[in-house]
Amino acid sequence: MLENKEYKVIGTRPIRHDGVDKVTGRALYGADFQAAGLLHGRVLRSPHAHARIISIDTSRAEALPGVKGVVTAKDLPDPGDKIADLGEGAVNLKYLCDNILASDKALYKGHAVAAVAATNPHIAEEACTLIDVEYEVLPPVLEVRQAMEPDAPLLHDHIRTTSLGETADEPSNVASHIQHKLGDPEKGFAEADVIIEREFVTGTVHQGYIEPHNATAHYNQDGQLTIWCSTQGAFTVREQVAEILQYPISKIKVVPMEIGGGFGGKISVYIKPVAALLAKKTGKPVKVLMNRADVFEGTGPTPASFIRVKMGATNEGKITAAEAYLAFEAGAYPGSPVGPGAMCIFAPYNIENVIIDGYDVVVNKPKTAPYRAPGAPNAAFGSETVVDEIAEKLGIDPLEIRLLNAAKAGDRRADGPVHPRIGCIETVEAAKAHPHYTAPNGKKHHGRGVASGYWFNIGLESSVTINVNADGTINLIEGSTDIGGTRASIAMQAAEVLGISAESVNPSVVDTESVGYTAVTGGSRTTYATGYAAYEAAQDVKRQMIARAAKLWEVDEANVQFADGEFSSINGKEEQISFRDLCGRLGETGGPIVGSGTVNPGGAGGAYATHVVDVAVDEETGKVDILRYTAVQDAGKAIHPSYVEGQIQGGAVQGIGWALNEEYIYNAEGEMTNASFLDYRMPTCLDLPMIDAVIVEVPNPGHPYGVRGVGEVPIVPPMAAIANAIYDAIGVRMTELPMSPDRLLKAMGKI
Amino acid sequence: MARRSHVQTTINGETVEFLCEPRQSLLEVLRDELHLTGAKEGCNNGNCGACSVILDGRLVNSCLVLGVETEGKSVETIEGLAEPDKLHPIQDAFLENAALQCGICTPGFIMSAKALLDQNPNPTEHEVRYWLAGNLCRCTGYDKIVRAVLDAAAAK
Repeated sequence: MLENKEYKVIGTRPIRHDGVDKVTGRALYGADFQAAGLLHGRVLRSPHAHARIISIDTSRAEALPGVKGVVTAKDLPDPGDKIADLGEGAVNLKYLCDNILASDKALYKGHAVAAVAATNPHIAEEACTLIDVEYEVLPPVLEVRQAMEPDAPLLHDHIRTTSLGETADEPSNVASHIQHKLGDPEKGFAEADVIIEREFVTGTVHQGYIEPHNATAHYNQDGQLTIWCSTQGAFTVREQVAEILQYPISKIKVVPMEIGGGFGGKISVYIKPVAALLAKKTGKPVKVLMNRADVFEGTGPTPASFIRVKMGATNEGKITAAEAYLAFEAGAYPGSPVGPGAMCIFAPYNIENVIIDGYDVVVNKPKTAPYRAPGAPNAAFGSETVVDEIAEKLGIDPLEIRLLNAAKAGDRRADGPVHPRIGCIETVEAAKAHPHYTAPNGKKHHGRGVASGYWFNIGLESSVTINVNADGTINLIEGSTDIGGTRASIAMQAAEVLGISAESVNPSVVDTESVGYTAVTGGSRTTYATGYAAYEAAQDVKRQMIARAAKLWEVDEANVQFADGEFSSINGKEEQISFRDLCGRLGETGGPIVGSGTVNPGGAGGAYATHVVDVAVDEETGKVDILRYTAVQDAGKAIHPSYVEGQIQGGAVQGIGWALNEEYIYNAEGEMTNASFLDYRMPTCLDLPMIDAVIVEVPNPGHPYGVRGVGEVPIVPPMAAIANAIYDAIGVRMTELPMSPDRLLKAMGKI
Repeated sequence: MARRSHVQTTINGETVEFLCEPRQSLLEVLRDELHLTGAKEGCNNGNCGACSVILDGRLVNSCLVLGVETEGKSVETIEGLAEPDKLHPIQDAFLENAALQCGICTPGFIMSAKALLDQNPNPTEHEVRYWLAGNLCRCTGYDKIVRAVLDAAAAK
């Protein structure tokens, strides 16, 4: 195991490298891109949640002065039966294409059906209203249990449930059924003294990034396609666009602009291929922007779900068995995060007997996209509420029951993997010792709740190049979009290796032709994996610099050592030169030094969090106020603690929004009735107290500095923690999200 | 295309003339006509505050003001806040406090905070939260933003 040792740069809080650009308005985001002759694109979207497209007539739109081009699904190549491999599992290419521009059916309100490029955005919008689409409106299916009924209207004629390797004969909205089993659940429940079984419902919620999707595309006459956009992964955009347009990746350059939030929602492409089609048709650069309603109605939310959890424990508090049924809405096409939900649901515990069933179900809502620990928050809302109820029945402190059953290194997760060194116990212990948890909590209608959460984190490919400058600084070239300070956290790892300051590193996020392949900023992987690549690139620089020092002193490389930013010779000559001075002598010792590092690390190391929350419930209005919030999390090693705290605080607050207020509200026709920030109502700063972020460091053996991803797990515990606090306040168990005032009043029997 | 109007206004202390359609918002004019892209469009209906600017001393969402309405008025945007050789104390406080993650809401928050501190140099935490409630941030949970504004007030 790694020691929690002292570092010079790691663990400090330098100003982020892109900070000045971002506080002065100079940083260029996707929508800020300008080009001579730029056209503006807008997308026409289906007003129906479920409809067959009979015909599309674009002639009136094309005749409007200022309109330069109109595209529909007919402009996309025929996807056939191709299965696209996008690195994160196989995807039916027709689904990808149909979600870009609907061909035969519109499957949700907001589904793109056509797009226009015009000389200004107002003309493009006007032209969209002149496109005549004839629809045959079909009954929508809007809820997962309804969609699973045998007589439910079908979204797709050809989907047949694959269940544990078998494919059913009849078409269904259930795309797949997965199952994980460990031990003997029946025996486990037989050993239990107390068994709790509850059902939970969670609503559809959106990532809610403030920057809408955007893309500008341009085709050169030589067939070179360039796309400037906000994305979580330029290489992923390149892959998806190449598949959808059936165009070689070598002919596509993706330039990542600054990104205004993603949270998983800016991995899938929506308007990027549309901008490319319009650019091809018009021969001009075309910028396509979404408005806020487009974002809510046309881009991936995270699924609504129906969950049943059953857990049993002995009188001593030992959990003997757990069972979960997870039915997740995939949206219009298969691919909900029920898999990750099933992986995470009981992961804070070591339970011998477990069975988990998961169902991926299509409904007439936007195709879901990842959202921060996708699937895990839904699942944890169920399991962490049931654990709380068991603790209460047994008269055991809710953190104590977590300690009694906490997962640790060597324990097996229900879906197979054995935990490496993890910090589950440490987060619970830190929460238990925190002054928040030990503070009195006795006022009427005030309550305290706790919950834990798990996210497995991922590794994947990253590349970093380092160019050494003559003044002792380095330019660090990377392919990871910086959404929350990762230029700094990656640069700091290279600085630590080379014994230089964080400020001596100039990090740049570059396009797909200027750095090696790098996977998305997602899965809490960036500081871990791209940081690891930066570490390797810096080691490469160090090795080359040692060779130069050896050359300078005419000694063997083995006789040169590097420590504290100084090269020195050992055995014999007493020579010494600083990193900075040696950088100034590269020309005379052989020429420039370029270091490179590429990784695809397997040891991401799971992350755990335990949250404590105090709430006040207004019995007359049903409104819940957050009075105090403490979020404890294992970061492995916090490279830049301020940005680790930021991830914890931001994740917790997204969870608070999900818990108390956020949801897509649909009418019977399947129209989202609250597709604006005013009506969707994410938390504002007036809704919140300070969020106390407590970092625990249990080094990850899978990273040279012990880093674990930190971005996702903080959104896992809040819903259950708040539900448990509401129970503590008013004695009512909430089983439906969001726990909005109307649901609270209903649960209290007041309406 | 609608006829364009001539408008003369003051932006960040400089006299500026532009042509715009009557339907174009101040946000569109700033971004598309004047290439001042520091003000961001998050919602285009006054709900997120990412386009916040100060118009004749008053904080506004520039997406809710028409370009032609700025005739003879004075507009302050994020681009005019720093001095050539140093940042505004609010900008410094945002950097020191790590009060931004993706940064898309940051120009709006900083302009909003400036409007607050211009009229209330020593706000309480609650006053800061009340004033900034018109600016949405999805990344930070607001903790570090509120601290940054309190720090900037204390530094004055």
